[in-house]
Amino acid sequence: MAKTQQFCTFFLKDQFFGVPVQQVQEVIRFQEMTRVPLVPPVIRGLINLRGQIVMAIDLRRRFGMPERPESELPMNVVVRTDDGAVSFLVDEIGDVLEAEEDSFESPPDTLQGPGRDLVQGVYKLEDHLMLVLDAQRAVTGGEESMAQNGN
Amino acid sequence: MSDAEIVKEFLVESYENLDRLDQDLIALEKDPGNRDTMASIFRTIHTIKGTSGFLAFNQLEAVTHVGESLLARLRDGQLTLAPEITTALLSMVDAVRQMLGSIEATGNEGERNDQELIATLTRLLETREEPSAASARVNGNPPKSALPQPRPNLGDILTREGKAKASDVVEALAQQNAGDPGHVGEILVEKGTVKPQDGVDDALNIQQQARGQSASDSTIRVDVGQLDRLMNGMSELVLLRNQIVQYTNSTDDSELLGTSQRLNLLTTELQEGVMKTRMQPIGNIWSKFPRTVRDVALGCGKQVRIEMDGKETELDKTIIEAIKDPLTHLVRNAVDHGIESPEGRRAAGKNPEGLLFLRAFHEGGQVNIEITDDGAGLDYEKIRNKAIQKALITADQAARMTEREIAHLIFLPGLSTAEKVTNVSGRGVGMDVVRTNIEKIGGIVDVQSKPGQGSTVRMKIPLTLAIIPALIVASGGDRYAIPQVSLLELVRLEGEQARKGIEQVNGAPVYRLRERLLPLVYLNRELKMNAKRQDAETSEAQNVNIVVLRADDRQFGLVVDEINDTEEIVVKPLSKQLKSINTYAGATIMGDGKVALILDVMGLAQRARVVSEVRDRTSRDKGGEESLGTGTGSQRNAVLLFQYQENGRMAVDLALVARLEEFSRNAVEIAADHEVVQYRGQIMPLVRVSEVLEGRHRQAAQTGQESLHVVVYSDKGRSVGLVVDRILDIVEESFVIERHTGRKGILGSAVIQKRVTDILDVPGLIAAADQSQLLTEAQA
Repeated sequence: MAKTQQFCTFFLKDQFFGVPVQQVQEVIRFQEMTRVPLVPPVIRGLINLRGQIVMAIDLRRRFGMPERPESELPMNVVVRTDDGAVSFLVDEIGDVLEAEEDSFESPPDTLQGPGRDLVQGVYKLEDHLMLVLDAQRAVTGGEESMAQNGN
Repeated sequence: MSDAEIVKEFLVESYENLDRLDQDLIALEKDPGNRDTMASIFRTIHTIKGTSGFLAFNQLEAVTHVGESLLARLRDGQLTLAPEITTALLSMVDAVRQMLGSIEATGNEGERNDQELIATLTRLLETREEPSAASARVNGNPPKSALPQPRPNLGDILTREGKAKASDVVEALAQQNAGDPGHVGEILVEKGTVKPQDGVDDALNIQQQARGQSASDSTIRVDVGQLDRLMNGMSELVLLRNQIVQYTNSTDDSELLGTSQRLNLLTTELQEGVMKTRMQPIGNIWSKFPRTVRDVALGCGKQVRIEMDGKETELDKTIIEAIKDPLTHLVRNAVDHGIESPEGRRAAGKNPEGLLFLRAFHEGGQVNIEITDDGAGLDYEKIRNKAIQKALITADQAARMTEREIAHLIFLPGLSTAEKVTNVSGRGVGMDVVRTNIEKIGGIVDVQSKPGQGSTVRMKIPLTLAIIPALIVASGGDRYAIPQVSLLELVRLEGEQARKGIEQVNGAPVYRLRERLLPLVYLNRELKMNAKRQDAETSEAQNVNIVVLRADDRQFGLVVDEINDTEEIVVKPLSKQLKSINTYAGATIMGDGKVALILDVMGLAQRARVVSEVRDRTSRDKGGEESLGTGTGSQRNAVLLFQYQENGRMAVDLALVARLEEFSRNAVEIAADHEVVQYRGQIMPLVRVSEVLEGRHRQAAQTGQESLHVVVYSDKGRSVGLVVDRILDIVEESFVIERHTGRKGILGSAVIQKRVTDILDVPGLIAAADQSQLLTEAQA
């Protein structure tokens, strides 16, 4: 039996992503956010998560993808990071998947832009690819690039 | 109780006792005749010795044992307390403390060699060996039986009960004094003088009973973690209360209203109660200072007396913890650097004994702590030189700094003026750490000093960090909380007032608050929020809400869309990215469950006044009329202020100023119809600032002033002298330059030292003077 790992998956635009389940605290529906002026636009605001204040990062903006249509409300994937809990705003939530480690591959060299830093690698699933998100980098990785991506 | 629990209990109790011991010993040194203090010291050491013997901490027992013997002789008046003895006893306390620390960490006393300490104590003990006196005590005739005899000695009990002969006990005591680590009882048993079952055990029981009479326990010890959890729960309850009160205010159900009101009151009461459990008097940390002062003073041959006022002032435990080290550092510093040697003081006509005065008091929801010494004060010259030497400031900057600014240099990292590095201070770390630590908990530090008279370090510290009263305001559709501490007053301008009340000083909005100009900051603009509302504020006849705030010692008015209410809010920390913006102190959850940001008034003030435009401008870039800085954090600008006409003030960026000179009127010559002076082997053209700005021509008779004040401006090695009426001051402040296009030679205006001041555009001024050829002329 090959070693497997469980992933909490989600969609951003048409890409399929995964975060190791151990890092995920919970997945919740869209929450009203309090915006924080003066911060890079990838930080969409603050959420009250049962008394805990959690920063919400828009992963579309983080990856430099086009904005999500306003009619579609994002979902929150709350992950634990060194800097406390952080919520990632994603388009849609997928299933929890088990992926075999054999099917893992480093990102292709041709991967450029913000994705280069944020994608740890790719799992080749049967019918599509799953990109593994580096949650820590998505939160703290270079403030500059965060600022740029937002604009 | 398990062994571990017993040991833990012992540790906690002993730590407390040790703290008291330090104080008592110092007190005793001042007042050697005080029997109560003596008795208290003896009791403490005796208890530690007894328990450590019971728990088989032999080294601990050995050390305390000699100490106890020494104390016994002091108590009985056979020895008098000399500084040497105090020092030895204090070292004993330190040794005990170390061992306790080791026991706490590893469960045993650790590898130690206390022979030297024991030898010292024994030597002191033997300085006046009088065996007869010892026997007098054993015979049940303690010379001072009137003083509360804390615990009967085992030997006393044994002799009284007739279980042992006095002479045997004396022998045992002598053996003990000679270094035998055993108890009197043990020695006696060993020698076969008494049998354990018939004598010593009973005697120990009697002794135990005497010990049991300690004060009835009206206090309990609570784990701090437990208190923290309680506090967290309390915070949540406060939030919930806020939500319920907000909700019920919108209903007509009188019963529900009544209930919620009771809940409101009860929660407030409970909150105060919980907060109180976490409050500790500042005396808890101060009590260690007499010892610190004594040690440091002794170490550097000084005489220092410490006085305290406001010991009972209470602060939250976390804050107490946070200020402990900075305070200790300041106290050490004051003794080591501040107070002079006795000879020095005598020469200066002062009492050879220096005074260190600690003061704490509540003021406006904050605690003020002052540490004052009557020493030599700060040596401004030395600080200045040191700062230049360490390249913290340039010589130019230094020459223009005020004393107050120089005093503040001591808070810069890497600056220590101690001539030699002592084990106390002078390592170049210190004051900057003090400042960082105090600022971390939202406090501020300031230093004032008068040469020859001493210095005062003053700090303002918040009472607690968890729950604070705050004013809730709204701007751009979002709510923000402003800590009440910074709030001075609220001003509301309606209708006509709103239109006329806000005046512009060259683009900088101000409001006349009781005949003083209050600079205004628009929250929407500072936070770069949507422009629609911005227009509404300024042009339409809307009501204007001004929140008058204090940042440091300055005031400013924050214009917001709405002022809601004051509320107790629970401060929640922000993640690193958000903290780094310096505009938010935290976040909180409002009654409706939404998050609101807490404004950092200090950060906001810095942001509002910050601008790097003066420097930008020096590169003669005239583009961009944006009045706000690009937000480069808390950069401060140094400017030279000079008088302009009767009452006006102008400022010029210090970076543009090469030197300040004074020329005699006679030195002014005319070359090519321009006023010039000979300056450093060059011909330097002069520009009279007021003439150029007013478009006047040079008047033939410039009488009145005997000499000309000249600000020398250099560019590419050539100089132009700007003649001003009078040079006022050099200040370093954060400010925003409000630009306006009107006049040539003026960059804009800013509020500097709370006054609206025009900023000179030097290149523009020279151009305006139609003397653009000046530079080339000089070149020729």
